[in-house]
This record gives sequence, C-alpha cells and structure tokens, in this order.
Amino acid sequence: MPFGNTHNNFKLNYKVEEEFPDLSKHNNHMAKALTKEIYGKLRDKQTPSGYTLDDVIQTGVDNPGHPFIMTVGCVAGDEESYEVFKDLLDPVISDRHGGYKATDKHKTDLNFENLKGGDDLDPNYVLSSRVRTGRSIKGFTLPPHNSRGERRIIEKLSIEALTSLDGEFKGKYYPLKAMTDAEQEQLIADHFLFDKPVSPLLTCAGMARDWPDARGIWHNDNKTFLVWVNEEDHLRVISMQKGGDMREVFRRFCTGLQRIEEIFKKHNHGFMWNEHLGYILTCPSNLGTGLRGGVHVKLPKLSTHAKFEEILTRLRLQKRGTGGVDTASVGGVFDISNADRLGSSEVYQVQLVVDGVKLMVEMEKKLEKGEAIDSMIPAQK
Amino acid sequence: MANSFTRMMTGRNTAVMLAVGAGSLASGYLLTESAAAAERRRLYPPSADFPDLRKHNNCMAAALTPTIYARLRDKTTPNNWTLDQCIQTGVDNPGHPFIKTVGMVAGDEESYEVFAEIFDPVIKDRHNGYDPRTMKHPTDLDASKITSGMFDEHYVLSSRVRTGRSIRGLSLPPACSRSERREVERVVVMALSGLKGDLSGRYYGLGEMTDREQQQLIDEHFLFDKPVSPLLTAAGMARDWPDARGIWHNNERNFLIWINEEDHTRIISMEKGGNMKRVFERFCRGLKQVEHLIQERGWEFMWNERLGYILTCPSNLGTGLRAGVHIRLPFLAKDPRFKKILENLRLQKRGTGGVDTAATGDTFDISNLDRLGKSEVELVQLVIDGVNYLIECEKRLERGQDIKIPSPIPQFRK
Repeated sequence: MPFGNTHNNFKLNYKVEEEFPDLSKHNNHMAKALTKEIYGKLRDKQTPSGYTLDDVIQTGVDNPGHPFIMTVGCVAGDEESYEVFKDLLDPVISDRHGGYKATDKHKTDLNFENLKGGDDLDPNYVLSSRVRTGRSIKGFTLPPHNSRGERRIIEKLSIEALTSLDGEFKGKYYPLKAMTDAEQEQLIADHFLFDKPVSPLLTCAGMARDWPDARGIWHNDNKTFLVWVNEEDHLRVISMQKGGDMREVFRRFCTGLQRIEEIFKKHNHGFMWNEHLGYILTCPSNLGTGLRGGVHVKLPKLSTHAKFEEILTRLRLQKRGTGGVDTASVGGVFDISNADRLGSSEVYQVQLVVDGVKLMVEMEKKLEKGEAIDSMIPAQK
Repeated sequence: MANSFTRMMTGRNTAVMLAVGAGSLASGYLLTESAAAAERRRLYPPSADFPDLRKHNNCMAAALTPTIYARLRDKTTPNNWTLDQCIQTGVDNPGHPFIKTVGMVAGDEESYEVFAEIFDPVIKDRHNGYDPRTMKHPTDLDASKITSGMFDEHYVLSSRVRTGRSIRGLSLPPACSRSERREVERVVVMALSGLKGDLSGRYYGLGEMTDREQQQLIDEHFLFDKPVSPLLTAAGMARDWPDARGIWHNNERNFLIWINEEDHTRIISMEKGGNMKRVFERFCRGLKQVEHLIQERGWEFMWNERLGYILTCPSNLGTGLRAGVHIRLPFLAKDPRFKKILENLRLQKRGTGGVDTAATGDTFDISNLDRLGKSEVELVQLVIDGVNYLIECEKRLERGQDIKIPSPIPQFRK
C-alpha cells in the first residue's frame, strides 16, 4: 500500500509531459534511464498487486542525489515489478551492475567449501569479518508496498523458521514493539539493533510505514548469526565475528541460509529467485547475490596512499566508514567489502574480499617498513 | 472577462468531462477489479490489516474500531484514494501524551464523504462536539462587522490572519499526482496575476527562485520549507518537492499565498502593529477577489454547508482560519491563571515560531482555538475581544491590581 495517489486514474487525462517528473537536478540511475517515452509506455501499467511506475520512481524523484554518489533512485514493490517495468529497470540494472544485459544469467553458489583460504586474515589488522545478504519471501509484496497483514505473516513465518533452528543456530527473536529496555540496551551494545529508517531514500519509498509493527531481530545465542525481519527487505541475514576468519563466517552464513530456506520451502514460501536476476530484493542494487562480505581493517598508511582508490577499483572492492554506508572512516579503520552483487556468485564475491584484503594487509605491512608497493598493484579483476 | 480560449487553457470543465469518460477507458488499460485483488481480499480480511493503535494518542486512534475499519477498508473515492492512505500518518505517528494530533488526512473532497464513518467522529472530537450529520457551518467574510479591531501597540507587535483554500476537482496534497499539483499552481497563479491595486504582486516558484530572492523571503519570514514534520511526510505531502510549489506576495508585502504546501493554497494577511481590523479587511477582500478570478475560468473552492471549506487536515475544516497576534505579556506570562484565562476565551498560545515552538521570554503567539462551527467574523471578533481582555489583565497586573478569569465562551458540545 503505497502513499501518494499513484492509483489516480484521473492523472491519465493529463499528457505525459504534464505528469513527467522534473529530473533536471537529479543524479541517480532512475533519472538517467527514465525518458518520456518509457514513462508514457509504462505509466498506466500496474503489477497484479497494484504497484505502479510512479510508486517505483517516487524515491528517486524525491531524492535528487549527490554529485558524487550515484544512488539507484527506484525500488521494486513486488517480484513482478522487475518484469512489468523492465523497460526502466533493465537499463537501471545494467548501469548499476557493470553492463549486465537483459539476456545474462546469474550464477548462485552458496557452497562454502568452494572458497579457497579465508581463515588466515591477520587479526592484528582485520578486526572483524561479516557477510550479509537479503532474502524475499515468495508470494508477498516487498517493504515499499506490503500491507500490515502481509508484513505480519512474514514475521510469523520468519519466527517459526528461526526458532526451529538448533545447534549453533539456536537463538531468540526480539520483536521491536515488545522489547524490554534491558533487551534494547543489550542489542544496541552488541551493534545488532536496527532503527526506524531516517534516510529519506527509504522513507520516501514507504518502507517505514506502520513502524514498528511486525519488525524484529533474531540472533543466535553465540551472537554470530543475526536476522533482521521487515526492515528494508523481508529478511536481512548476517553472519559475523571478531577477527579475520572469513572462512568460518562464510560457512556459518551458507549453512544458516540453507537451513532457513528449507523451512520456508516446506510452507510453500521459498525465496524469490530467478536465473536472470538471482535473489530478488527491494533495491535493484542488491539483486543477484544481495551479498556484502566485508571486514573492518586497519589501513592507516595504505588509505592515504595515492593509489588506494585505484587498488580498490581493480580488486572490485569498495570502502565505507565503520558506521556502514554513508559514514566516514575513524582512525584509519575501514569497512572493505565487495562492490559487485549481480553477475557473479557468492563464493566468487567473498573470494574477491578474502584475496583482496589479504593483499592490502601485505601492502600495509610493506608501507610500515617504508617500502614501495608499486610492484604489488594488481591488474583489473 | 474570460474568453473561451482561457477557459480551455485551465478549464476545469474539460478535465471533469474527461474524467467521467476515463472510467471506461481506464478499465481497458488497468486491472482494477482483477482476480488478483479479489484473492488478496480473501487472504487478508480486514482484521489482518487492522493497525496496532495501543500506544497511540490521536483522534483517529481514539475513533477507529475494527468494525469501522472492516466496513471502509475496501472502499475507494472516485480518485482511488483509500482509508489506509487517510490514516497512514496517524498509524506512523503515535502522538504525544500531552498533545492530541488528528492522525488522519483527506486525499480529496470525497474522502470526507466516503469515509464519513471515521471522519465524523474525528471531526466531533477535534471540534468540540460539532456533528457534521446534523449541523451547518456558517461562512461570513464581511469584515465591516468587526468592532474594536485596533490593539494597543505597546503590547501587540503584529497581527495576522491565515486560512487555506482547495481547488474543487483536484486531489489534495497527500494524494495529488504531479500533473494535478501543477494544475493547482497554474490555476492559482493565473488568478493571482489578475489582482490589482494594493493586492497586485508576483509569484516565486520554489524551484526557480534565485538565491537573493530566497534570502529575502527567508528574512521576511515568508518562505516555507520542505516539510520535515513526520506528521506531514508520512502523509505523502512532501512528494516531488519542490515541483509546483511557490510563494506569491503582493508588492506591499502584507498579503501572501503559499501554493501546494500542506494545502492547495494558504492565504495569509499580516502586518506589523495592532490593526487587526485592517488585516482582516484585506484578508476578506483578497479572498473574494481570488475566488472571483478562478470562477471566471470555471473553477471554484471546495466548500459545503456541513463542513465549510474543505482542507487536507480535518483540524482546518470550517473556516480554516487562524487569526492571531504576537503580543508581549510579561506579567500575565508569570500568572498561574494565564492558561485558564486563555482556555475560557477559546484562545491558544504558541511560541513565536508557530505551531510546536516554545515561547521565548514574554512574547506569545495568541490565536483562536476553534475553526469549525463559528464563522470567520465570529472567530476574528472572538480573538479581538480576547486579546483586548488579555491586555486589560496585563495593565491591571502592572498596576498591582487583581484580575478575573472570564466565564467560558459557550460551545455547542452535546
């Protein structure tokens, strides 16, 4: 249920030019891709659940973006959005995901044994390791669009699935609206708690509606496996631990995901996936694997090196501050993770992180000794 | 005099006629009553979608029952606006234990009718028992009836009257599409360009103004900003900002119109000093002229005799009028009876930054509490009489004399 009268049939009486958004000051993928022709072709369409083109683009219209940061500027309201509005979303996807074509196929590989190494990142530099992804439950609309009834069933199914896990995955669910103060403080101290979105990128897409109804956090007793329910996606799944054993983090990630998926499938509600786009998520930027695997790593010298950005680009990695997206680095510690999501598998993307971080730590050590690193700079991956 | 050409340009009649025909055209394009929609209704009965309002303190939460929700959930206005869209802002903003917000908005004129079962009790709650089913709202914009409208300027720093007007046939800010919003801008700006004499002025589109113009408008306290209050953003009123938003003011800078902020139009008459009568006179004159100018082109304001002028928020129905002053009351500010005096006079105090701001020092924004059930003339007279009483109290306290709490002004609560 979007807000704004995107179901207003009377607007069809106005010409395309009269309804077309003013994108002259905008810098996002949607604004680049949307033409009057595409708008005219799609504006009277809706998905079976009633999501319209204006719903898809509202967040991009409301958030012109930044000259330096290219946001996506559109969201899906359901699985069918990616089909009904493909004339807009295909070029957005292609632009965001390195030229990915409408005919390309995406490979899924959650077999952690295919990962080489990854258990020996130097803990003197690599402070923590983390892998996250998202999953959408088939048969329900997505957070920008879903009704309270749908969101509550997603929560119910998630609780059933998660509380049935055992062994290393035995844990507990904390619904946002029924948390005690003590529970809340603990979750904040563990850096597990998510807040009502304040980013206008999310609020303008309707993702904060009815907060905190049917939102919650589940984590295992060991505090190494965490699931967010009904935040920006139906599920966000996170595996993490201190230190540099990315291999173990990835093992737990894959194992946990597969267990959860089995339970959802038993209820005839598997995950949204297709062989072209991989896992279907709310934001086109998270299609494919939806995976962000990364570390918090100390690179005070390398980060000030003239070639730092170039090295990251060649390794297909990106840097963020330790507060996550849109934050700055503190004390030379960076969040380094894979830049790609679509067009390569989970194993491949985590391998890039493992190999790339290993190399950068070697570079950091060289720079500490006052040596040059030019010979170590890799070719473009 | 409008000719047929101008009528075509911004002619409301054409839009209405097309809209009537659109129903049959649209069903060819869109899956309106599809099998998918019917299936969803079966899977999700109203009880599945009923919001959790247990922590809420707003008029909507107090009035909405599962029964009402069940009856209204699947209804739509002719614009396809739904109950869930009306109440979203109230679900998302539980409110404050001390401040009872309204918690719902209208998407169009028909919302108040289609969803009357929830709007009526909310209106009753907010407007002191006013019952839209049985009562009529009086409209009176004859400023000549005002008496004693000149305040002691030792106390009163400025005087102001504001209201809102909606253009019939176009959706309201929570619901409007970009083309509708641009139509509102076109219709109103064209009408305003017809104002003459002391009312003639110019328009500044929010997206097109120069930095210098912007700074000037800020310095004069004319400029409005993109809404940040979650009460407004959760209702979708900030969509597409700053598209088709703007400010018009006359050359004398005492008559000002906001376009496409929280309502289609907000009309403000103001000036420094205490001449409330002149402020209201200009207000009425300007409003009547604007109405005449849009009528020439086949448009009119949303109004009916049950609810008066139709605006986005139910709290602004009736007159939509807030008449007030900025006034210094250093003695009264410290008197414990101040609150009760205001209450009995049907006045409210705000900080000089407007709604939800705190008063700094001894200067207050004092205005009428009520909007619906009393006419514009009645309300402005009430403010004038009330402010004069407050000034009397202040003078008495200055002289060390005692003051009296006045008897409460009668309401129509049943």
